[in-house]
Amino acid sequence: MAVKLEINAAGRKVPLDINGRESVPFKGVGKHRPEGTKAAPRVASCVDFPADGDKRVASLKEALLRVGLADGMVVSTHHHLRNGDAVGNLIFDAAAEVGAKDLMWFPSASFPVHANQIGHLDNGVIHHIEGSMNGPLGAYCSAGKMRGLGVLRSHGGRWQAIQDGEVHIDVAVVAAPTADFFGNANAVQGPAACGLLGFALADSIYAEKVIVVTDNLVPFPCLPWQIQGNNVDCVVEVESIGDPSKIVSGTTRITQSPDRRRIAELAARFCAEAGIMRDGFSFQAGAGGTTLAFAMYLAELMRAENVTARFARGGSTQHMVEMLDEGLIEVILDGQTFDLDGVKSMREDPRHQDTSPFTSYNFHGKGNFASMVDVAVLGATEVDLEFNGNVVTHSDGRLLHGIGGWQNCLAARCAMLLVPSFRDRIPVIVDDVTTVCGPGEMIDVVVTERGIAINPRRQDLLDAVAGSGLPIRPIEDLKAELDRICGVPARPKLSDDPVAVVKWVDGTVIDTVWRVG
Amino acid sequence: MPEHGSKSASVGPQGDRVRSDLNVGFEPTSGALTVDVTSKVDYLYGEAIESAVRRVTDAFAVTTGRLTVNDAGALEWVIFARVECCLRRAGLDGPPVLPEPAPGADVPRNRDRLRRSRLYIPGNQPKLMISGGLYGADGIILDLEDSVPPAEKDAARLLVRNALVALDWGASERMVRVNQGAVGEEDLVAIATHNPHTVLLPKVEDASQVGRAAEILRGLAGEEAAFLMPILESPAGVHRAFDIATADPLVVALTLGLEDLSAELAAPRTTEGWESFLARQTTVYAARAAGVQPIASVFSDIENEDALAAYVHRERGLGFDGIGCIHPRQIPVVHREMAPSEAEAERAVRVVRAAREAEERGLGAVAVGSKMVDPPVVQQAFRTVDLAVAGGVLAEDWDAEA
Repeated sequence: MAVKLEINAAGRKVPLDINGRESVPFKGVGKHRPEGTKAAPRVASCVDFPADGDKRVASLKEALLRVGLADGMVVSTHHHLRNGDAVGNLIFDAAAEVGAKDLMWFPSASFPVHANQIGHLDNGVIHHIEGSMNGPLGAYCSAGKMRGLGVLRSHGGRWQAIQDGEVHIDVAVVAAPTADFFGNANAVQGPAACGLLGFALADSIYAEKVIVVTDNLVPFPCLPWQIQGNNVDCVVEVESIGDPSKIVSGTTRITQSPDRRRIAELAARFCAEAGIMRDGFSFQAGAGGTTLAFAMYLAELMRAENVTARFARGGSTQHMVEMLDEGLIEVILDGQTFDLDGVKSMREDPRHQDTSPFTSYNFHGKGNFASMVDVAVLGATEVDLEFNGNVVTHSDGRLLHGIGGWQNCLAARCAMLLVPSFRDRIPVIVDDVTTVCGPGEMIDVVVTERGIAINPRRQDLLDAVAGSGLPIRPIEDLKAELDRICGVPARPKLSDDPVAVVKWVDGTVIDTVWRVG
Repeated sequence: MPEHGSKSASVGPQGDRVRSDLNVGFEPTSGALTVDVTSKVDYLYGEAIESAVRRVTDAFAVTTGRLTVNDAGALEWVIFARVECCLRRAGLDGPPVLPEPAPGADVPRNRDRLRRSRLYIPGNQPKLMISGGLYGADGIILDLEDSVPPAEKDAARLLVRNALVALDWGASERMVRVNQGAVGEEDLVAIATHNPHTVLLPKVEDASQVGRAAEILRGLAGEEAAFLMPILESPAGVHRAFDIATADPLVVALTLGLEDLSAELAAPRTTEGWESFLARQTTVYAARAAGVQPIASVFSDIENEDALAAYVHRERGLGFDGIGCIHPRQIPVVHREMAPSEAEAERAVRVVRAAREAEERGLGAVAVGSKMVDPPVVQQAFRTVDLAVAGGVLAEDWDAEA
């Protein structure tokens, strides 16, 4: 089938039709504003629900029959249980049992544990996936085996797509570590406690039907209610919603790699030297080994200079919680918790606030937190001489990661990519990224073990760190060094067969992922 | 016909966990030479890998046989070394193919440079060598001795030789620790002309060992011969410390290996270190008497930075100029602890300024205020100022306002 393609403002060829919907090619940062009214589910009436509040049904299969699952519907799940999630797989097993076909799976992210869905893609239960795909699912999509196009969205972009009607969820399935029979649910209690349920919040509000699945049913009312039962159609009790050991780790580990520690230290020193690290500032740091080390070095510098951050944006970890307890951070605004200390702190400390993509990232909100953050540190698979960043594909074009909050975090006042300059001879700084996920104008600083490149658009940062003794180098200079160390790489040949698209935060299409092999 | 006298051979690590390295296998056959490359980075460097392999087989004039390469992202200089080693193990011979020299590969050596920290990197692990020059150590030691198993000595020797050419060592001194005895002599021959700044000689017990190494290095590199740092690792070596330190003008520093020494003493190595107190003191005295730098043994508990700081503080107090490191994160701790205090730095600056003034005015004696200062104190003041600048206690332009 010939696909109609157009070159977008990022210079990338993108399809104009995605799974039967017309799409808008990327126009440039801040150039696209969808119009109209927000999408909404049909009106419900309380008289159609049990007056005693008990919405329990016996099984997932019965729940799917109750909500009227039909062929071609959109079924969503969330990823707070990460690689320990059981519900994403169980619900499609149940869908297969009731004979559903051609469903679209709309997860907030998928993990290797969801390789189970390959069977359902093969047997026609799932038509295609709109959500991150990595591991076996990434390989499946990259090989061109999926019937529809994959659509990769950021966490904020997923909320945007739900809110402006680009994706209408028929059935939202919310795995809930704790819930009551009315459907109130939280993630701070229960054997599978994962901290919060922010990624499922839009689904619970905008989906036609909502099924809460729990392995820890408590008497009404379930407090706190991160998901409100008033949006929920039915509640299913299962033996286990997931494997707690794979949901949060006991401890998250700071990288021991000398190169990564050096990158983290350079990034922290950059924040101090550039004047970003000052009293009342804010930062975002995730749970990757390098970003954890960044937070550790930043904490040392904050202590030395007696500086306090007003807020930090999680993914929270033990290390961020320690900074809160020590008084280095006044408030944590947390989108997901990565370890048991993070969960405990969210449960017990009112200064540790759960957030959702609505508050943090949504394009259709009246503002969001992402642009209010002073500095965000992120990873990437590639960054090019124009500072465009790639976070979804490997240099050979294979789908590797989801976008997560990566695109959204680029809105920070200073967005920094913390990356090794090469990985096993594969250069990270390249002439052109394989897939544009973040436009270069949004990426301010690239920190590698061999030096720091500042986007020439940020003369203010260049001036701020002049004479600091930090190894500031033009990005072309770093690239030339890599060419010397690694050799000039050949250009991998990609097919002209699209298998997925990458959306920008406003819903336009920024790039295409092509079939490999 | 198979290459005359060749046999099957293999070199380099194998398995899924290998990174930045490769395995090379050779089978003699009577057919024309084939090269089979499997690589994780095939889509970027497939042709480059095959051409690197062919450059070595061409240099060795290999025309028959089968070469199998399993690559996990090795850099070109690693490929050259592994293929060369494989062919040598197969009983073939030819001239080495050397990588393009890195910028700074020809930086000259400097006898009196700071040697506060020296970072050991195993000579058979290219992955750990690649960024060695980035960590700011005063010296990087590519180690051919204890960190390399006996069966891998030949492979490590070629990797280290190529690393001397291909790696950017930054501001670090280019050091190699060779093996003892005959294997060590082969090491010296392999590296002598590739600008090693300083060679560490293990378990020296006798001045003649130093003389022999100096002779080999001078024979191959003449005026450019590497400096020597003998390591005292036995009671006999400590006993002859001064003879060893003065055995040859190439000796620039004297150091200690406390693990082996403790074993020979039959006294377990303790945190307090009383069992090696005399050895440490003797090393300092012998080195100072010989006019070379006394350098302390390594500190091997990488997790415990407080204990490292205490160790450096104590060794500096005994008179040592430097410490051995086994992980880059130890380097900043060592540099911080080796730095003089602000008061020491200020005193040294006063002496240095007085000495310069005396020289300008053609005076023989140096005076600070009304006090005369002896030459050793002046010399030490210059060293303290250098240490203070390197350690960040004095600004680099401390001299500007004078």
